[in-house]
Amino acid sequence: MAGLPSHEDTPGTDEFIKGLWRDNPVFVQVLGMCPALAVSNTARNALAMGLATLFVLLMSNVVISSLRRFVPREVRIATYILIIATFVTIVDYVIQAISLDLHRALGAFISLIVVNCLILGRAEAFASKNTVGRSALDALGMGLGFTTALLSLGAVREILGGGTLFGLPLFHDAFQPWVVMILPSGGFFTLAGWLLLFNALAERRERRATLAAEALR
Amino acid sequence: MNGMSASAPPTSAWPMYRALVGIGLLCGLLIVSVFELTRPVIERNQAEALQRAIFQVLPGARSSATFRLVGEDRFEILEGKPDGAPLAYAGYDADRQLVGLALEAHGMGYQDVIRLLYGYSFAEQAVIGIRVLESRETPGLGDKIETDPAFLANFERLDVSLSDDLTRLLHPIEAVKHGTREHPWQVDGITGATISSAAIADILSQSTSWWIPRIRRNLDDFRIAE
Repeated sequence: MAGLPSHEDTPGTDEFIKGLWRDNPVFVQVLGMCPALAVSNTARNALAMGLATLFVLLMSNVVISSLRRFVPREVRIATYILIIATFVTIVDYVIQAISLDLHRALGAFISLIVVNCLILGRAEAFASKNTVGRSALDALGMGLGFTTALLSLGAVREILGGGTLFGLPLFHDAFQPWVVMILPSGGFFTLAGWLLLFNALAERRERRATLAAEALR
Repeated sequence: MNGMSASAPPTSAWPMYRALVGIGLLCGLLIVSVFELTRPVIERNQAEALQRAIFQVLPGARSSATFRLVGEDRFEILEGKPDGAPLAYAGYDADRQLVGLALEAHGMGYQDVIRLLYGYSFAEQAVIGIRVLESRETPGLGDKIETDPAFLANFERLDVSLSDDLTRLLHPIEAVKHGTREHPWQVDGITGATISSAAIADILSQSTSWWIPRIRRNLDDFRIAE
């Protein structure tokens, strides 16, 4: 994490793209595993958790980066947690106002966004050292990357484990759901599958880069 | 420690106080404002969810009234906010005739407390519907208590007839293994969700043994709103 570039000469689009793909928080950095595994049993829960995290990440990154000259190093972690917890509480009330069923489905995991290491990680490694604009782009990229990853997990688990996607039936009645995919173990299986794919792609990219470099010599 | 913090001069106390107290104050204001803004909507959502559940467990009901238990044996219409006294929700049909009562019950499931609402019909002397309000049963297995049609069919007419002196149930509700239901007061379990389905039967058994004699003896109290 600390090794990520935070200097001002990288283009703004790079701050946005890196979280979506190259440094995807779930599939590459393997951060925020607790919500990623626990509430990705359906696509709807996964999307809601992803968006809630995106909101908290964006708001806390923006506030922390705009206050970065005002907060002394000695008390920075306490203030970051305070700011993050505030936005998590707000998200909690807003979800209850939008839908009680959704709030029931996400359960304790909304409050646990406070301790999602992805959010404190971005605050400490990025927002505290960069401008508001860059921090917002970084949060948007990382948050959308997290949402996409959760949605990829949730969609696979719901399709195989329930035969539906966003509650819509996909198969003939004869389809026998793989209940294991909705259970916790199914979360690990699905995550393993996606990690395998991401690692295979990264390896292929490296191999191609090496080949191209050799061809140039 | 890295070189940067070694060379930086120590911060005096004032900026630290200022940052922590200032940000704390702002965060506090923000949280309380959002809470106050969303509270009416959340309360309305909760009331609507309860109302929907009441109509689900009392088929045929078109309106409802909330009653509180006063003392040991009298019910009166709840005015204002609930004060902790046990509540019963009476449902009335389109002609304002009493359909039955919706009652809340809770108890331990497999993972955590299960909270449910069930409907009681005076005419049938039976539980005529249930709806799980809150549960954290295992997805795909235990949560079948909310979705399995064969299991929910148990509660379309689950006998809770009273003894002649109206003091106790003739046959308390009991759980039986899947496929072995013989009597109208038995709950046919779910294979693969034995504990969760038996928990529902236990919760209902305890709640009906307590509630049904009381409400049956005071049937006329609920007719006021007709």
